[in-house]
Amino acid sequence: MAVRFDKPWIAIADGLSQLRGQMGVFQLAGEAQQVIFVGYAGGLSLHGLKGEVNQAIKDYSHAKFLRYEITTSYLSRYKEILMVHKADFGELPEHSPEVKLGRLSPAGSPAS
Amino acid sequence: MDLNLTEEQDLIIGMVRRFVREEILPLEMYLDPDADELPETERLRLIEKTKAMGLYGLDIPPEYGGPDIDLVTRTLLAVEMSQHRAGLYAPCYGTFGGAGLAQLFEATDAQKEKYLYPTLRGEKRGFFGLSEPSGGSDPARAIQTKAVQDGDDWVINGGKLWISSADKADFGLVFARTDADKGRNGVTCFIVDTDAPGFHVRRIVHTLRSAHYATELQFEDLRVPKENILGGLNKGFAIANDRLTRQRIPYAAGCIGVAIKAQEMALEYVPQRETFGAPLSTRQSIQWMLVDNDMDIKQSLWITLEAAHKAQQGEEFRKEAAMAKLAATEAGGRVVDRCMQMYGGLGVAKDLPFERWFREMRIRRIGEGPSEVQRHVIARELLGSSLR
Repeated sequence: MAVRFDKPWIAIADGLSQLRGQMGVFQLAGEAQQVIFVGYAGGLSLHGLKGEVNQAIKDYSHAKFLRYEITTSYLSRYKEILMVHKADFGELPEHSPEVKLGRLSPAGSPAS
Repeated sequence: MDLNLTEEQDLIIGMVRRFVREEILPLEMYLDPDADELPETERLRLIEKTKAMGLYGLDIPPEYGGPDIDLVTRTLLAVEMSQHRAGLYAPCYGTFGGAGLAQLFEATDAQKEKYLYPTLRGEKRGFFGLSEPSGGSDPARAIQTKAVQDGDDWVINGGKLWISSADKADFGLVFARTDADKGRNGVTCFIVDTDAPGFHVRRIVHTLRSAHYATELQFEDLRVPKENILGGLNKGFAIANDRLTRQRIPYAAGCIGVAIKAQEMALEYVPQRETFGAPLSTRQSIQWMLVDNDMDIKQSLWITLEAAHKAQQGEEFRKEAAMAKLAATEAGGRVVDRCMQMYGGLGVAKDLPFERWFREMRIRRIGEGPSEVQRHVIARELLGSSLR
């Protein structure tokens, strides 16, 4: 598994039709494909990724793109994605809540 | 060894048992099934409670301000503290505090000032960096990370794998080879600061556990002052070995606690659950599973308490610690597996803790030295010089 989220962005409408009830992690992005939110669907999530993404795009209606990973390691992957984002951009995504995080210094760069 | 609890042990164990049942279990109903942390307000509230109980900082020696708890009682408490969903890797979510890295109690005064006391005050966190991609069970040969002296500093290059909490730590104990020709006598333990140039946490290692993860570290020309050598040059193996031996007892106790809780849940469930017109408890196949569970729990508990007793008496306990680790991790896995079977579909759902215990218990047969290494340690003790 790549440290950075390497799935292609998909338009929200297309993404919603693909989503099922699995556990996993996801990112939402704005018009310029800048990450604005990172979320996860865990063991308590009603309807898994489908439910969590639907709720997130209601909360952040300016989201235009979506990408996701299906994983049972949703908590560790969620924290890893946030830590990588912070290492790459110096701050958390616009709408991500404060989470207790460690520090990562991943090799490479966001563009590589 | 006296198998009866003293009045004081009974009292302390009762307090911790109530704490788990009245404080931890209700909170877990609202947490993610894989969570290993409490919301901060709850964590601080519960720490105040454990302090009021006089049990905060259980593993801190009394001369450093910890409660004076003997090792057998500490082992029995570890059994109690793990009896909840996150109990195997996050017993009571850390609300009883910890000693940090016990190896620092043997540090120099200057090292204690800089690392130990801030850790005991909760101001700093440390990690233990032993295992490498080349292996963890045989540190004398597997350690390839090298440290080379350069003036008053040592320069470390290499990497570590399977390291817990390094991403959140302020410092860590890193074992590196300082003499390539001396095998186990060529390994030194360094205290490294995680904000030093050349220290990198490259990635999280995702495993069967979802929340409590390990990390991979890389050291690139990481400079460490010679004052940060812990325990002396080329004396690192003894530090690592002592830690590995001691850690096996609480590691075993956690598995037993989870097994006890799983069995308790099964005993509540099988008289209620009916199949083909009769409760599960009337089925001989179920009764035998419960019997086997009870035997697994008792055998591993006595073996573990014997190890704790020997360690407490200052006797050699390497074999007993290996037996405890081997017996409890394997028994715990069997017990949880049988309980899942009794619960059927519910046993594998995230609604109940069995599936988490099942995943995490599988790791226990590998972590802190796999079952095969424990058998090797025991065989070496039994056969003595004839094996060498």
